[in-house]
Amino acid sequence: MKKLNRRAKTLLLCLCLGLLLLLVYISGLLIPEEAYAPDFMAARLSPSLRHPFGTDTLGRDLFWRTVKGLSVSLTVGIAASCISAVAALFIGIAAAVGSKRVDGLISWIIDLVMGVPHTVLIILISFVMGRGLKGLLVGIACTHWCSLARLIRSEVMQLRAKDYVAVSRRLGKSGGWILVNHLLPHLLPQFIVGLILMFPHAILHEAAVSFLGFGLPPEQPAIGIILSESMKYLSAGLWWPAVFPGLTLVLIVFLIDKLGDNLRRVLDPYSAQE
Amino acid sequence: MIQKNETLLEIHDLSVSFRMYDATLEQKELQVISNLHLRVRPGEVVAVAGSSGSGKSLLASAILGILPSNASVSGHLHYKGRELNSQLQKELRASKIALVPQSVNFLDPLMRIGPQADGHKKPYPTEKRREIFASLGLDERVEKLYPFQLSGGMARRVLVSTALISEAELIVADEPTPGMSLSQALHALKMFRALADEGKAVILITHDIDLAFGFADRVAVFYAGTTVETAPAEDFCTGPEALRHPYSKALWRALPQNGFEPIEGFQPYAGSLPQGCLFAPRCPMATDKCRCEKPPVQDIRGGEVRCFYAT
Amino acid sequence: MPLEAKNLSFRYERGLPLVLENIDFKIEAGEVLALFAPSGYGKTTLAKLLAGYLRPCSGEILLNGAPLPEKGVCPVQLISQHPEKAINPRWRLKKVLEESGELREDMLSAFGIEKAWLERFPRELSGGELQRFCVARALLSGAEYLICDEISTMLDVITQAQIWSVVLSEARKRNMGIIAVTHNMHLARRIAHRVFDLEKREYI
Repeated sequence: MKKLNRRAKTLLLCLCLGLLLLLVYISGLLIPEEAYAPDFMAARLSPSLRHPFGTDTLGRDLFWRTVKGLSVSLTVGIAASCISAVAALFIGIAAAVGSKRVDGLISWIIDLVMGVPHTVLIILISFVMGRGLKGLLVGIACTHWCSLARLIRSEVMQLRAKDYVAVSRRLGKSGGWILVNHLLPHLLPQFIVGLILMFPHAILHEAAVSFLGFGLPPEQPAIGIILSESMKYLSAGLWWPAVFPGLTLVLIVFLIDKLGDNLRRVLDPYSAQE
Repeated sequence: MIQKNETLLEIHDLSVSFRMYDATLEQKELQVISNLHLRVRPGEVVAVAGSSGSGKSLLASAILGILPSNASVSGHLHYKGRELNSQLQKELRASKIALVPQSVNFLDPLMRIGPQADGHKKPYPTEKRREIFASLGLDERVEKLYPFQLSGGMARRVLVSTALISEAELIVADEPTPGMSLSQALHALKMFRALADEGKAVILITHDIDLAFGFADRVAVFYAGTTVETAPAEDFCTGPEALRHPYSKALWRALPQNGFEPIEGFQPYAGSLPQGCLFAPRCPMATDKCRCEKPPVQDIRGGEVRCFYAT
Repeated sequence: MPLEAKNLSFRYERGLPLVLENIDFKIEAGEVLALFAPSGYGKTTLAKLLAGYLRPCSGEILLNGAPLPEKGVCPVQLISQHPEKAINPRWRLKKVLEESGELREDMLSAFGIEKAWLERFPRELSGGELQRFCVARALLSGAEYLICDEISTMLDVITQAQIWSVVLSEARKRNMGIIAVTHNMHLARRIAHRVFDLEKREYI
């Protein structure tokens, strides 16, 4: 077989991952509740063909619970990082284009948000917003925009100093025109990559906060909840409720991260020479 | 092999190509230097002239072995009769071959000029450096500055000084003069000449060909990634009637002091090179033969030329 | 419509030494003036001042007796030494030209631009070809004066002659004034009506 180059690889990875995520998401929506309903006759079964991930102490099928849990995680992750990334774009541009005072204020807020550990901040915000899905979403969205906003701020500042932007100004173009035509096309790849690299963060934080018991309610199948329940039985020799859902989470996060990384290299205008 | 021994650097049939993406997912090879020959002897200044984008800077990178990773090289490079492979290049780069880079961006922005010009030599050749700086019109206070504080011309002179301070046998100078005043440029060239007279060799890649002719022994004219003519420098001082290739003649006539007459057309792109002679599409005397066949290198009147109709 | 520099002085920051001091000269429409100065004299700074990229610390630049407009298309356009920096690398070259005005195909040949180049990206063209786009962009804006800051220094002599023949013939056609900043005396003598030596403050 011909060795694939990076562009082809990235495209393939994109497609596979997109399909996988879509599959997880859709099946999560379509799974009937019976699929992971408690069945005390089938409690504590180790992995088998019928139950690929085994069952937990209540006899719930862990595979379907994981899929359902991932689908919830993905929803939270995607929604929260989209909100976060769009906010980052506006805030970053505002900081770069605005007056010194605006820039100072934004930088101060960024420092403030980044100064508090994410998990703690998410828990606090989530509590204030009344916990549950909504609380978690707002919490994650409010904490993840900082580094991307900083990146966009510095990028815009660099771009504004470019010769072609100066030329554009002397050709009578307005600030808004320059922003849309010169700056945004350069920011878009940064933005997309930043967005994609935010997913795994958001998903992990969702799982972590749920694991700690501050996120989704315990009756909801979520990766964090499954993992936190499994902890209790780990010492009793029930390894599978922890291992398989955990591995699935790691796999998804790893794949998304890899995709973001590859995409960044492909979107670089100098990557044509590779 | 007496010939070999007295040659410092011999480039035979060198081709360099780059792997690039085209519009789709496919990658293609773009040949930017093709079948290039060049010989440099100790005590000689060889000027490399020719159109922008003809692969002159890439030649410098190929000699030093600092081409980007997507480039591939074929053909032979010999340094003092030894095959110049990447290991030897690495060895020589540190001591025997020096590059005067084209762009000011090659300076480390966080390092003061003085230590930067010294390189890694210890003890620091401060005295010698000051001497060279002074002779290039660089003030002693310059050594305390950072690269961003230099003007374009000053930065170039610093780049030239790095090669003069190093004790290299072969100096590859990639566009050392633009941004300098005439007297500074002449001085820099004089210093290169002096190095050559000490038995070193200089490859001088330049657009300021009118200046270079006065200091070089031979001139290699590049076009679209290959040498179309290699001639003694006197021929360029004499004028177009002494030159062999129509492109060299056109180059001479385009000089501001010699008529300032441009010829029509553009250099072909790597990837869509003409089948026959590379210059045929712009050549006033091209025939069907030129359009189909690549002319071989011929020795004519003490120079090498690639043209069927060279006289 | 004369363009005048009156008593121009410039420093980059308060406390730093003056880069330019009391520069005075005047150019008429249709005239080609070469500014000649040694390296490190501040030629590029002067070019930027004249085109309104920088503001002088003292003195003024007058076009037809009035200062350059702050907003809108500047009637004095700068062409720089590095075309690859003056063109957005993510734009097709067609857009580069359209930035400054409506593009008519019959003008392309006068600018020495091949139609096929318009659909390409800047990295696919050489410096000389990009410089033609910078020249064309400045001309399309309807400029009355062009400041050419070493525009052919990085180019080979044939391309240099090609570019200057475009600039000079368009300038004649439109009765434009050209200020050519250069360090090459042969070039200055060849293209300019007058050569002003900035260091000695005299016309040669």
